[in-house]
Amino acid sequence: MTEDAVVAELRSGMTIGIGGWGSRRKPMSLVRALLRSDLRDLTVVSYGGPDVGLLCAAGKVRKLVYGFVSLDSIPLEPHFQAARQAGAVEVCEYDEGILYWGLYAASIRLPFLPTRAGLGSDVMRFNPQLRTVTSPYADAEELLAVPALHLDAALVHLNRADTAGNAQLLGPDLYFDDLFCGAAERAYVSCERIVPTDELAATGGARSLRISRLAVHGVVEAPRGAHFTSCDPDYGRDEAFQREYVDAAKDPTSWSAFVQRYLRGSEADYQRAVAARTATAEATK
Amino acid sequence: MSTVSRAEHCVVACADVWRGDGEIVASPTGTIPTIGARLARATFEPDLLLTDGEAAFVAGTWAAGAPAPGPVEGAFPFRTVFEVLWSGKRHVMMVPSQLDRFGNANISAIGDFARPTRQLLGVRGAPGNTVNHPTSYWVPRHLPRAFVPQVDMISGVGYDSAARAGVTASRFHQLRRVVTDLAVLDFATPDHRMRLVSVHPGVTVAQVQAQTGFELAVDGDVPATRTPTPEELQLIREVIDPRGLRDREVPA
Repeated sequence: MTEDAVVAELRSGMTIGIGGWGSRRKPMSLVRALLRSDLRDLTVVSYGGPDVGLLCAAGKVRKLVYGFVSLDSIPLEPHFQAARQAGAVEVCEYDEGILYWGLYAASIRLPFLPTRAGLGSDVMRFNPQLRTVTSPYADAEELLAVPALHLDAALVHLNRADTAGNAQLLGPDLYFDDLFCGAAERAYVSCERIVPTDELAATGGARSLRISRLAVHGVVEAPRGAHFTSCDPDYGRDEAFQREYVDAAKDPTSWSAFVQRYLRGSEADYQRAVAARTATAEATK
Repeated sequence: MSTVSRAEHCVVACADVWRGDGEIVASPTGTIPTIGARLARATFEPDLLLTDGEAAFVAGTWAAGAPAPGPVEGAFPFRTVFEVLWSGKRHVMMVPSQLDRFGNANISAIGDFARPTRQLLGVRGAPGNTVNHPTSYWVPRHLPRAFVPQVDMISGVGYDSAARAGVTASRFHQLRRVVTDLAVLDFATPDHRMRLVSVHPGVTVAQVQAQTGFELAVDGDVPATRTPTPEELQLIREVIDPRGLRDREVPA
């Protein structure tokens, strides 16, 4: 599939889970396709990074479900901050582990999973929909019952995949990508390279095949599709570009110039603009 | 040895939060706690586990700001992070933007949560961390705006909040220490109000109180924060922080 073909299967108002973590291995080419679309009123579920920032800046988001939004090497995400400080998005701010449990519950068809995380904190106060459950055993502990977090669609980016949707992780951490896929009605995997199935296990062994076609509805070949987030070992985070992104977000004029330069055209246009930028930076070193 | 800097006093004060922890994961946030955790393992807490900042446990002692040379001694992806932290085998040191007298910590947002004046990171893992395993805090600038009567969004759970939430929240809740650029504090009082443990050399009790937005518990004469041993100073200066990153976080 292409990124635009994936987005054509999505609808306004859907709940969309986005894999990766902070500014690491985000399905950015799919996010960029969302930016180009006329979709709106999305509920976005994410261990947030620039995916959340860009979607907020483009006015695509009605509600955010997250534990944090950060660019890792730059702690605060400027567009997320702006959206929150303008009161522009509804939020459901969870502990990171609560988010994990919500996705896991949805993926194994349980209504909830119990945890201590959240008790005593303002996560309970600002999420009045959360309920507790009392252990039926002798301890009788009262635990938070994390509700299953069902997604209409999940978008994740891995290193390799075959056309059937068997996806391979070559980097150090799957994060919660498999649970995003499991919690979703439809899951879409973008990858650096689509390869024949026999090549997958030959390069990393069966243990590197972390997402099965059982959970996947569509595969997109997206070389450098996670840019500017990291996609180890294929490439690291483009720190210079990330700084440019953050600097551009500081005022509307520089942000519209950034959008004009990088986000107006297709994914191929984006990758060309980034390559040209990198070439200029190298030449002026 | 030349004069010990304020940053070096902070490093040993941070290292000391993990004293006695044994074989658990030490999870520092910030430069000086990271140097402190490596120092603790290199000296008095050899069984601590430390990560490379990504997804692996790494043995040995290495420099702040440099990649870990290894050897890798385990995988520690985020899935495992939650399993370990829920098991209790971890002691985290977090950096709060606001902290109150009972140790409620805010890393989420300043102002009204519905429309904050300043959005920060979000609660991250702070709610789960604080009710599952020991937590300490690092405040690189001890100011009244950090030490507030009431935090705007309880991300890390304080003693009063844990008690109100009941036995499930209190059972494994333990706030160990707060280290700042001025002092070391803890919650070892009958009602778990914050107490001044020691002041860094050159700092007075009155100065610390003046920079704190609530009254601190002070019993008797407050000692000075301990000075690093010659072995610790050599490790800090030559092995763990040869580039002097500690001075950027706490200037001399």
